[in-house]
Amino acid sequence: MRLAEHQYRSVSAIRGPLLFLEKVFAARLGELVRIDAPDGRALTGEVLKIFGDQVLVQVFGGTQGLDARRTSVSFSDAVMRAPLGAGVLGRVFDGSFRPIDDLPMFIPEFRQPVIGAPINPVARAHPEEFIETGFSTIDGLNTLVKGQKLPIFTCAGLPAREMTEQLLHQARLPDGGPFVLVFVALGLTHFEYQFYRQTLEHMQSRFVAFVNLADAPVVERLLAPRLALTVAEDLAFRQEMDVLVIITDMTNYCDALREISTAREELPGRRGYPGHMYSDLASLYERAGRIHGRKGSVTMLPTVTMPEDDISHPIPDLTGYITEGQLVLSRELHQKGIYPPIDVLPSLSRLMQQGIGKGQTRADHRDLSNQLYRTYAKGFDLRRLEAVVGRDGMLAEDRKLLDFADLFEADFVHQGKVRRTIDETLDTAQTLLDAFKGVTR
Amino acid sequence: MNGTVTSISGATVCVDLADLKIGDRVFVGTSRLTGEVVRLVDKIATVQVFEENRGLGIGEPVTTAGEPLTVALGPGLLGGVFDGLQRPLPLLLENSGDFVSSGQNPFPLDRKKTWPVTTSRKPGDHLHSGEAFAKVHEGHIEHLLLMSKDGTLQQIEEGNLTLENPVATLADKQPLYGWHSWPVRKARPYQRKLPPTRPLVTGQRCLDFLFPLLKGGVAMVPGGFGTGKTVLEQTIAKFADVDVVVYVGCGERGNEMAGLLDEFSELEDPRSKRPLKERTIIVANTSNMPVAARESSIFTAVTMAEYYRDMGLDVLFLADSLSRWAEALREISSALEEMPGEDGYPTYLGSRLSGFIERAGVVKTLSGGQGSLSMILAVSPPGGDFAEPVTQACLRVSGALYMLDTQLAHRRHFPAINWTQSFSLYSDTAMAHFVEEHGEWAKLQARCRDILQREEALREVAEVVGMEGLQDGDRLLMRTAEKIRLDFLCQNSFTEDAFAAPKSTIESITRLVAEHDQLSAALDDGALLDDLLKEAADAPR
Repeated sequence: MRLAEHQYRSVSAIRGPLLFLEKVFAARLGELVRIDAPDGRALTGEVLKIFGDQVLVQVFGGTQGLDARRTSVSFSDAVMRAPLGAGVLGRVFDGSFRPIDDLPMFIPEFRQPVIGAPINPVARAHPEEFIETGFSTIDGLNTLVKGQKLPIFTCAGLPAREMTEQLLHQARLPDGGPFVLVFVALGLTHFEYQFYRQTLEHMQSRFVAFVNLADAPVVERLLAPRLALTVAEDLAFRQEMDVLVIITDMTNYCDALREISTAREELPGRRGYPGHMYSDLASLYERAGRIHGRKGSVTMLPTVTMPEDDISHPIPDLTGYITEGQLVLSRELHQKGIYPPIDVLPSLSRLMQQGIGKGQTRADHRDLSNQLYRTYAKGFDLRRLEAVVGRDGMLAEDRKLLDFADLFEADFVHQGKVRRTIDETLDTAQTLLDAFKGVTR
Repeated sequence: MNGTVTSISGATVCVDLADLKIGDRVFVGTSRLTGEVVRLVDKIATVQVFEENRGLGIGEPVTTAGEPLTVALGPGLLGGVFDGLQRPLPLLLENSGDFVSSGQNPFPLDRKKTWPVTTSRKPGDHLHSGEAFAKVHEGHIEHLLLMSKDGTLQQIEEGNLTLENPVATLADKQPLYGWHSWPVRKARPYQRKLPPTRPLVTGQRCLDFLFPLLKGGVAMVPGGFGTGKTVLEQTIAKFADVDVVVYVGCGERGNEMAGLLDEFSELEDPRSKRPLKERTIIVANTSNMPVAARESSIFTAVTMAEYYRDMGLDVLFLADSLSRWAEALREISSALEEMPGEDGYPTYLGSRLSGFIERAGVVKTLSGGQGSLSMILAVSPPGGDFAEPVTQACLRVSGALYMLDTQLAHRRHFPAINWTQSFSLYSDTAMAHFVEEHGEWAKLQARCRDILQREEALREVAEVVGMEGLQDGDRLLMRTAEKIRLDFLCQNSFTEDAFAAPKSTIESITRLVAEHDQLSAALDDGALLDDLLKEAADAPR
């Protein structure tokens, strides 16, 4: 414990977002520092490495304008903490928790380390309460439950944003109540953000937003989701709210991680992403969940844009290994004019089994969903055959399966901007299956 | 002896403590974080810290435990839920709340619980390390209390004892407790290894029938995300015909662990009719816990598994997933600035892995019994690419491969085991055993493989000429193959069908093949397939 604040003017090097200091006394790993630039700006930073009295600091915000002689760095003796309290609701912050909605900073009730501690696995309550999203492909076939983390894998140019916005308007909790939204914009353009902005304005203060747009400091892109999740955990587990965390876009997060990792001279892994990306992503995604004996929950719906539409790219790949399933959007469906363009075959909700059936959705849910999957998969496969031999060269049964696949996409997957209740979803499924009785084994 | 922290780079910390050995456990900083010595250069030791160490400062004190990383072995492990350092998670919950905090080291076993100890040993008996000096009943298991070193009994007690009461005293006045500690990275000794001979029934038709595993064998289960590794591992953990199951969630999802814990408390063991939990040890190191503890978690778990093996029991060790362990190894290696090998993994990945996997097997134990330790290891290849180093390194040392197939999973064919690429080197030995019970087993297995293989070939033809262009006989074969796939190889883990006894497995495949032969004979007599199928569909069930 140091009693006085330590201040140093011993910067020895500045490289990218990193600052090297010398002759520092008893620094701590992860210690929060304040950096006073010669032009009067104050920045924050975090201690990354310490070798004796040499310290490596990561600077949040740009290092432009810093120098070796006049820049002074003050050590706080504490790790970075996020201000928390009820006043956070309805506010918009930047990636360093500074308000950007022209209102003064709220008065924090207390502060918590942003890094968060892992939830003890025996304290976790298994997620099993159905959330009605209003989308048939999600509710019927890839059911979302409270406390789940379910990413949307999209491709550039697909309507992931429209879906997310619609989902915010439509999503209903089991008790019919609304969510509190924690929204994190990472590397979004101003153009995209303005749409989300409108959605937020409709949320009547039931939101907190952290906004790090495409031209904002890259280091803050790594910090913003951690601040947001610390807030989400507080809202959920202390203030007992059901929190929905939307992070868009995780691909920008991972690119920022790669950028900073390279600056730290870490060994690059696949496609230049750092080897610790799995653990890093897990430290975010794993903060979703429910806890025994506490009312709130953190449900997470991150967006991942698959570079080159490639699901085996490290970002969607590692995400898929951590999250409890994925919703995959398809360019092909989008081009057919189908909305939402969710490709159900590679999509999956791992926690669906406990969230459906009698008492949750409907007794026939599981059966309907299995039949739809089987039949559509068969019809989908036959399209390749159709392309080779032509429709006339196929068995009557196979032609029927082709029709089924087409109708499934047109009637079940496609729903436009209309919200469907779970009953409407399951009834649509039933009607479809009834019309094809002979082939839907 | 005291030292201090001299440098910190993430979880890798240098300390100036003298007289340390590689592998020693040290306590770092004022909050006494557990660490392990991984490198010694001059007078500076490099320590890998197992706990979140943000806030750790230069100059904070460091002490040594004077021994390597160990686990406590004794009655009460069964039903336990531990983290990668064998800290009991329920107790951590009680002590520090819903979130895991650093610097806690509660004793892993319940010290206060009394165990009725019985023994046939007398004062004066000379016992070797690994021999039993007494026993207790732990659930339905006869738990042998094993010597951790040689010694002569001076005095020994029976009756209700806790782990704090010495059960015996040795001639050198050393007390002998019901538990002892063992270094996790040191394989527990045995008299000799025996060849595995008895099949391990998993209850999965596809595995038991096509790719059987033996008790003491090692199977690996590689699969991309969403292919059902975890569900398969957990289903096997529930139903496998073994005495003890050790399940390691290594770098996996917290919610899945929660689901597993719920289920294991509710379900009962189909054989002993007691809660499944009572035969299971769970090691939960979720993906957001520190990587070093993830690396140690499989060693912590396998040491507990060996301990029960040494009592002459059949133990099944399941890890989900080994890739996360390998990645932890890679992160640590990279932090130590070691020269990377393929894909950044350290070059010792292969040897470290085979050293670990060779801890499986059937052994003649030091107490004279016969125990087995079988392993089923999930692997998560990045991008579903099986050419990557971890899958390949595992492949060299495992006896069975259960390859999970993304295409099958997308069709909701579960378990998504690819039947053309999977294999089992134990097949012949297991078959010899199965044939004793069911004479037709080998023949049926060959038929089944043949049908599935021919379907593959026919499908290629059908893609060119269409199903219309196929002969009736070929269409029948494709129909049978489809039935085998959907009604036999598919198995829903969320229904009654989750477990299939060998008897019912052989019955279902017999029925499917018989039906095929019957229709095939009718075709030979000149009947048309469409008529036959129509007849079959109209016939009352």
